[in-house]
Amino acid sequence: MSENLTAVVNDALTANSSDNLLEIKNLKKYFPITAGLLRRTVGHVKAVDDVSFTLKAGETLGIVGESGCGKSTMGRMVMRVLEPTDGSIIFDGQDITKLEGKELRRIRPKFQMVFQDPYASLNPKMAVEEIIAEPLVVNKAATRKQAIERVSHLLERVGLRGEDRLRYPHEFSGGQRQRIGIARALALNPKLIVADEAVSALDVSIQSQILNLMVDLKKEFNLSYIFISHNLAVVRHISDRVGVMYLGHLVEFSGKADLYNHPLHPYTEALLSAAPEPKRENRRERIILQGDVPSPANPPKGCPFHTRCPKVMDVCRSQRPALREVSPGHLVACHLY
Amino acid sequence: MSTNISTTTEAGVTVRAGRPSKSPTRMALERFMYNKMAIASSVILLLIVIMSLAAPLLTHQSPTVQDLAHTDAPPGNGHLLGTDTSGMDLFARDLYGGRIDLLIGFMDMLIVMVISMVLGGVAGYYGGWVDSVVMRVCDFMFNFPFLLLIIILSAILNSTSVWVLIGVIGLTAWPGMTRLIRGLFLNLRDSEFVLASKMAGAGPMRIIFRHMIPSVMGTLVVQATFLFAGLIASEAALAVIGFGVTPPTPSWGDVLSNAMGYFQLATEPYAWVPPAALITITILCINFIGDGLRDAFDPSFQV
Repeated sequence: MSENLTAVVNDALTANSSDNLLEIKNLKKYFPITAGLLRRTVGHVKAVDDVSFTLKAGETLGIVGESGCGKSTMGRMVMRVLEPTDGSIIFDGQDITKLEGKELRRIRPKFQMVFQDPYASLNPKMAVEEIIAEPLVVNKAATRKQAIERVSHLLERVGLRGEDRLRYPHEFSGGQRQRIGIARALALNPKLIVADEAVSALDVSIQSQILNLMVDLKKEFNLSYIFISHNLAVVRHISDRVGVMYLGHLVEFSGKADLYNHPLHPYTEALLSAAPEPKRENRRERIILQGDVPSPANPPKGCPFHTRCPKVMDVCRSQRPALREVSPGHLVACHLY
Repeated sequence: MSTNISTTTEAGVTVRAGRPSKSPTRMALERFMYNKMAIASSVILLLIVIMSLAAPLLTHQSPTVQDLAHTDAPPGNGHLLGTDTSGMDLFARDLYGGRIDLLIGFMDMLIVMVISMVLGGVAGYYGGWVDSVVMRVCDFMFNFPFLLLIIILSAILNSTSVWVLIGVIGLTAWPGMTRLIRGLFLNLRDSEFVLASKMAGAGPMRIIFRHMIPSVMGTLVVQATFLFAGLIASEAALAVIGFGVTPPTPSWGDVLSNAMGYFQLATEPYAWVPPAALITITILCINFIGDGLRDAFDPSFQV
């Protein structure tokens, strides 16, 4: 019930505001495959191939796809920790694709990341206070006293106690560590947070706590999220719009309700049919895909999904379908539509 | 779906209040103090160091003056452990020799650690072609005949002073450590907390000095102790084959090599047992300390 309501509210919000926080245009990342003594390039792994989408301010965009589909690579390019091969990233009206050094560091506070592994993402040698205050210290955004106050405030906002700032990461559980990671991401009041599998490493009971925390924080801090996950239920819970990736391509992109209730792309259909559904009447017929995901180093010609598609046609084998809007707000890359 | 599960249920419940929080370094120190073997080794090593430094207080004999009236003599006549074939006091040479061995071991450890931290650090942090160049130089040095270099140098210089020996060992012993540090840095470079620091806007200097070096410090300290032990052994080995420090400068390896004749080994244990024992005990102690440090820096190791 409340889910439907927020969807309606969000639709209304996004309809009114035309300003996009983030625009991704034809983003590509090809990793070279080298061989021999001279490291000759003999091919490319096309991790992300020609992906475009927009993110409106205040929106949560979910990106789903199986392992190796390029969703994390895309998230890291948006965060500018990985150089795109081609394409552009326009953040808050500014093209940040080519920013370097000091200029890049100046804009970094506006987009932050929450990592997958709450154990690897916190430096075990640093106290929580140092970890959360690092963005403030690096950007000279606060005096020592202000930084301590800010850290205590943030810890309380994420559901820990201000006194916990003097403890070390090893004294916290996985869920608590993830809260610390979120507090660090919030330290500089970012506009965008990319959460790359942010709850995948946590127990199911803790996952919902962290998701709800993120929903609460979004309102409080006026955040936008790109939520990357392989977990359809998690993405459904938190997202306003959802993009489905397959083999480096965005194959379907739509509002949440539309995508989950009326999936268009055969891959999305298969993906949704594989997700466990508690209500018997809601269960779909299980679509079992044949074969494996092709290697991104040697992707099939035409539609990337044609090798496994149950509805494959001749045209699919030769021509790659473009991502087109087939109904308002519902984009799909498939020759069927 | 209820979106209002309280986000504070988990809040600090498992973290007890009032208990002072221990830093990882402090915990490592505590774990080390629990290791009896490491503590005993530290005490023994300290005694050996004091013994070498305080040599003039422990014997009135000079390690380099020849007592030509008593050459190759058994203990007696004011020579606690007798004299060698040149009439030099063995006890004094054993004591003073420690200075040379420990100096070579310690200085070379420093040299190797500095070279390796710089080269391995740069290679591991920047990767790419920088890494390739450093690693190829490493490969070259690995295969470089270290013994040949010493032989050629001692032939050219007509003597091997302590500092020449330190220089030669130091400049040839670094590839292994460099590789190790490069590997550690390469791993860390892609770790999520380094990425997080980068996301916060930190520059390379901050990442290297605040994140990477503190993270590898434990491993480095442990490896440095093993290196120290290995370097003392290599000094002794060089001396035994005749390419150690030039006589009459005393070193344990030199004393040992002078007593390596079949006749001396059989009849003059006072000449070769003390230096051999000192070398062995020193290396053992350093290795035990290294083991203790390794356990201390391993967070999964509980006392």
